Amino acid sequence: MSRMAATRDGYGDALLELSSNPKVVVLEADLGKSTKSLHFRKAHPERTISCGIGEQNMLLVGAGLASNGYIPFASTFAIFTERAFEQMRNGVARPNLAVHLCGSHGGTHTGTDGSSAQSIEDLAIYRTLPNVVVMHPCDDVSTKALTMQLPKLSSPSYMRTARNKTPVLYDGKETQITIGKGVTLAEGNDVAIIACGVLVHESLTAAEQLRGEGINATVVDMHTIKPLDTELIDKLAMQCGAIVTAEDHSIIGGLGGAVSEHVVSSNPVPVEKIGVHDRFGESADAEEMLEMMGLKSHHICDAVRRVIARKA
Amino acid sequence: MAGMTIPEMKEMARKCRIEICKMTHRAQAGHPGGSLSEIDILCGLYGHRLRVKPDDPDWEDRDRFILSKGHASPGMYAVLAEMGFISHEDLKTYRVKGGVCQGHVDMKWCPGVDFSAGSLGMGLSFGMGCAVAAKLDASNRNAYVMVGDGEIQEGSIWEAAMAAAHHELGNLKLFVDCNRIQNDDFCEAQMRMFDIPSKWASFGWAVKEIDGHDMNSIINAIDWMDTVHDRPAVVIANTVKGKGVSFMEDNPAFHGAAPSDEQLAIALSELEVVA
Repeated sequence: MSRMAATRDGYGDALLELSSNPKVVVLEADLGKSTKSLHFRKAHPERTISCGIGEQNMLLVGAGLASNGYIPFASTFAIFTERAFEQMRNGVARPNLAVHLCGSHGGTHTGTDGSSAQSIEDLAIYRTLPNVVVMHPCDDVSTKALTMQLPKLSSPSYMRTARNKTPVLYDGKETQITIGKGVTLAEGNDVAIIACGVLVHESLTAAEQLRGEGINATVVDMHTIKPLDTELIDKLAMQCGAIVTAEDHSIIGGLGGAVSEHVVSSNPVPVEKIGVHDRFGESADAEEMLEMMGLKSHHICDAVRRVIARKA
Repeated sequence: MAGMTIPEMKEMARKCRIEICKMTHRAQAGHPGGSLSEIDILCGLYGHRLRVKPDDPDWEDRDRFILSKGHASPGMYAVLAEMGFISHEDLKTYRVKGGVCQGHVDMKWCPGVDFSAGSLGMGLSFGMGCAVAAKLDASNRNAYVMVGDGEIQEGSIWEAAMAAAHHELGNLKLFVDCNRIQNDDFCEAQMRMFDIPSKWASFGWAVKEIDGHDMNSIINAIDWMDTVHDRPAVVIANTVKGKGVSFMEDNPAFHGAAPSDEQLAIALSELEVVA
């Protein structure tokens, strides 16, 4: 069994490492213990700004800091970033100020906290904003690698991390991670499974199961939802002729939406979407939630069989 | 810059009032009322105190001025033209395609604008970020913010008010342009705010209340703000919406309506009399 870790820990590690850059500042809204910005706070309280339980203010304090040459990293739960959506839209994205927002505890995988805490729409809403880079990494290593790249970004970003531990896929392979570039984790010509976040590992498990049936699947970790790696998608559409997307997010507007929007205007191969089907979650543990929402590897296998049946 | 005399600043305000009327008339849109209520304070701030360089608008160590009530952009554009950040010719681009004078002040479009406004309740938080940055830089530059009285109905204003006091941001200075009128009607009818100075004081701010059209009071208040170092300072400026144009004064109809040809002629006849 591979090492288990939560992506939010990768974020916290990265912030601490980035603190050697004196322009990096951290903004908190009383959830630093949860989002893992607390390590930075302990090391650099002078560059950590507590905004209390006030997300709207936090986003714009970040914008003001960015306009003065600082590199602000703001974090809270994914769901609570959403109450500051207009601040992100009008005060951050519109003037293209490089505020880096991290929403932890994203998706139904968040578990027992229940539906109020399970953001299933964050990727969709931030993806609609011009200038904003949107990421959802699958393990702590790739989360750290992506976060380390953010200071060089001249535009704002949103990154979703997860509360609970998932298998680590990139130990010793962090150099494979680049913002905007999908990573091919398994190769096959029958179908391409394009996944993000906690469903990347489920997709690899599905590919393994499918191999026993003689179905060879490519599995891609599409950790960056925007800008989307359309070059890779075009290649996969050509090579495999069928795509399954997989995400712990609404099937409306997230990774599945982004891939579908692209494919219909380039090479319209059949697409099946694994995601939350336009409903809210409830309290259950992470694995129970994935099962309840239809996000487990066997659901992905079913989607693969469906999409292959639809191939011309 | 700065260091203008009181008569010079009063004259600047008179010229700006004329431009506000002309801009909104030309565009047949925009917000003259709130521009006319804020204009004496803006002229006092830019004329007396603000450390900025019109020939180097992006100078890193400049004081910041954040017009949070960004719809009152004609007032700010008129001041920026008087100060030389933009030309008087640029004022003709107000609300015109491709022009530097966008409908609401925008840092990406207009030199001298530090914040892209347009959505109420946002500028104080942004100003707080600028003030935190100045402290981290160990700079003595200030962040000045102007909000409207209707604007403080936005909850996010009070998130910022609490946070700025918590962080003892003595370099954050706020003006509340209390012109008593918001979009639909008088504030008193839309949402009573009760004792505004007490609210700010109870949030931990240093508070001073003034007549926002008396240049001596405005200058004294700006100097008073300089003496407050341990916490943010707010000047509650009692103003008249539409100040200086008889038919616009205290008239909710001119929050967001442009003068007609006839109304412009009356306005100019009132404003072109040099004191």
